Amino acid sequence: MNARRHGWLRTALLAASLGLHGCGQPAGHTQTLTFWAVGREGEAVAQLIPAFEREHPGIHVDLQELPWNAAHQKLLTAFAGDTTPDIAQLGNTWIAELVALHALEPLQPWVDHSVEVDPSDYFQGIWDTNRIDGRLYGIPWYVDTRLLFYRKDLLKAAGFDAPPRDWAGWSRQMRALQARTGHDHYAILLPTNEFEQLLSLALQQDDPLLRDGGRYGNFESPGFKRALRFYVDAFRRHQAPVLANTEVSNPWAEFGHGVYPFYFSGPWNIREFRQRLPAAQQDEWATTPLPGPDGPGAGIASGSSLVIFQDSPHKAQAWLLIEYLSRPQVQQQLYDLLGDLPPRRSAWMGATLRNDPALQAFREQLERIKPTPAVPEWERIVTEMQLVAAQAAHGDLTVDQAAAEIDRRADAILEKRRWMLDHTQGQRR
Amino acid sequence: MNPARTAWLFLTPALLVLGVFFVLPVIAALGLSLTDYDLYALANIHNLRFIGLHNYWDLLQRPLFWSALGHTFYFVIVGVPLSIGASLGTALLLNSPLTRMKAFFRTALFAPVVTTVVAVAVIWRYLFNTKYGLVNYALAEVGVHSIDWLGDPHWAMPTIIAFAVWKNFGYNMIIFMAGLQAIPPELYEAARIDGAAAPRQFWHITLPMLKPTMVMVMILTVAGYFQLFAEPYVMTEGGPLQSTVSVLYLMYEEGFKWWNLGTASAVAFMLFFIIFVVTMLLLRLSRNGDAA
Repeated sequence: MNARRHGWLRTALLAASLGLHGCGQPAGHTQTLTFWAVGREGEAVAQLIPAFEREHPGIHVDLQELPWNAAHQKLLTAFAGDTTPDIAQLGNTWIAELVALHALEPLQPWVDHSVEVDPSDYFQGIWDTNRIDGRLYGIPWYVDTRLLFYRKDLLKAAGFDAPPRDWAGWSRQMRALQARTGHDHYAILLPTNEFEQLLSLALQQDDPLLRDGGRYGNFESPGFKRALRFYVDAFRRHQAPVLANTEVSNPWAEFGHGVYPFYFSGPWNIREFRQRLPAAQQDEWATTPLPGPDGPGAGIASGSSLVIFQDSPHKAQAWLLIEYLSRPQVQQQLYDLLGDLPPRRSAWMGATLRNDPALQAFREQLERIKPTPAVPEWERIVTEMQLVAAQAAHGDLTVDQAAAEIDRRADAILEKRRWMLDHTQGQRR
Repeated sequence: MNPARTAWLFLTPALLVLGVFFVLPVIAALGLSLTDYDLYALANIHNLRFIGLHNYWDLLQRPLFWSALGHTFYFVIVGVPLSIGASLGTALLLNSPLTRMKAFFRTALFAPVVTTVVAVAVIWRYLFNTKYGLVNYALAEVGVHSIDWLGDPHWAMPTIIAFAVWKNFGYNMIIFMAGLQAIPPELYEAARIDGAAAPRQFWHITLPMLKPTMVMVMILTVAGYFQLFAEPYVMTEGGPLQSTVSVLYLMYEEGFKWWNLGTASAVAFMLFFIIFVVTMLLLRLSRNGDAA
């Protein structure tokens, strides 16, 4: 709102100054860039845009905020109706879908000529989520991964001085923690309706999640089954409660009460714990990178990217905005506003990020994040994966049955993709 | 000009509008339901395949379709009697000669019907908030432990039903009031002379005389309640644990979230078929009642 008012003001001032001097560019030269931003980022970016508009008086950014739960359908509807914006914030799992629609501008040529956007400065895993079939379509804006929050005091009481580094140590600690507590206490919280935890464990395996170029699910691979077994065992051994996050009303207080000394979650919880736990407990919790099968393991690379739409008449201006938002200091501002983690290593050099002890585990984890398969169907597949995994966690399916069921559902979802790849190679633009 | 031709001439504008805006889209949707129109087809129409009844067959094998159907029937079977009961009850109260301030109450009770679902859903979400909600506050006063109305899979649907009943009963109430006022007062007078008390008057005069109204209200309400969508969309987004996913919500997700318009059209026609069968059954039942 604010940004827009400034924009009008500037246009008016420009027009007035032109009237006075009778020279310079025509007033109509100010170009309007439509920018769709989603959720909290949409609100926060409104504070970053005035500085961009000051730098580029010829560009006016029309920021439109979308809520997360409506953004996806709005983008698809906009494509169907030829009303896509110039530039948008896109959840990085949506890129493949919009690429399948040929809606996005390939960005490699822009990056090649850019001083501001340096691919080698980005964490490899998050950069790779923006590459579909080898071509680059988005620039990472912020990155999100999951790791372990843990209670130092409870671990110490159970006889462990350090958090686990591998699955064996993790299992041992969970067993010891659970043995010490009552029956309504657990070792870890793994909400059964969140796919990120199982997905993180699955990405730590060498087996890819889809096989034959994304034609079939690969969930019956030894690697995925190993991850699924580790996940399901936590529930079977009562180390994790079989609860969805909707059934856990206050995970922070319960973490504080030691109901689960481990909490497998994301960066936003750093702020939550600082706000919600009493001051006396602030030294008792910490974060640690995700343990892997043997030594520190991979994590998911989610987050949002900035993309330019194929139909945009203002690609050069849109690229300027991407460059501006990709600057390390602007990314630090975004971190200060929201706690969104920057995808660039240089942005992590700033004092606030470098000196925060809870963030260091995230910094380390970001070097080990891995992209998920870049197929448009991925979001549906991973939704089904979690629905089946939750059934296995409830004890309705064995690990082998669950793996086979996920493969069956994934193969059904990928049917059209197989047909496309096999029959219409020549027709694809 | 002969009368038949004149009649057609008068009908033409209405038929044209109906044809263009109703019949054609329905036929198009029926055609769409026989294809696999999806994201790829949106990108390039050559990626569209005609797949016959495959969408329907697939749906019948999908657990989510059956659970959505189950939730919808739950909503209809519990919601419709509650809604009609509330409408009839309030209509009787408002129609009673003892009631004061009739106009005020009539307006107040009808008000929810003309409010926007989204706006009142926001208020209901506050009312039913686990922590700060007025409902749990009131329950706590009488010693009932707080309930997570919209977050607990077992309570979400009852909450949605309560919301829908509150939102909709005023409409049928007005229809019932009209029906009640059409009953000749002589019937009640005769009954009173014969010594019939209020319950007997209700059972033997009010209900039978209201029957045509009742049948119409029932059919409209059942058809309306089968199309449950806005309430879960704004209150729960189908959650928690998909416990408030209705058939129409499933259609919306398939169509607009995943852009599987082929499947979504198939869902729409399945729902149409179900509503059609249920309405026929209701009509048949009411006719059988007449014969007896």
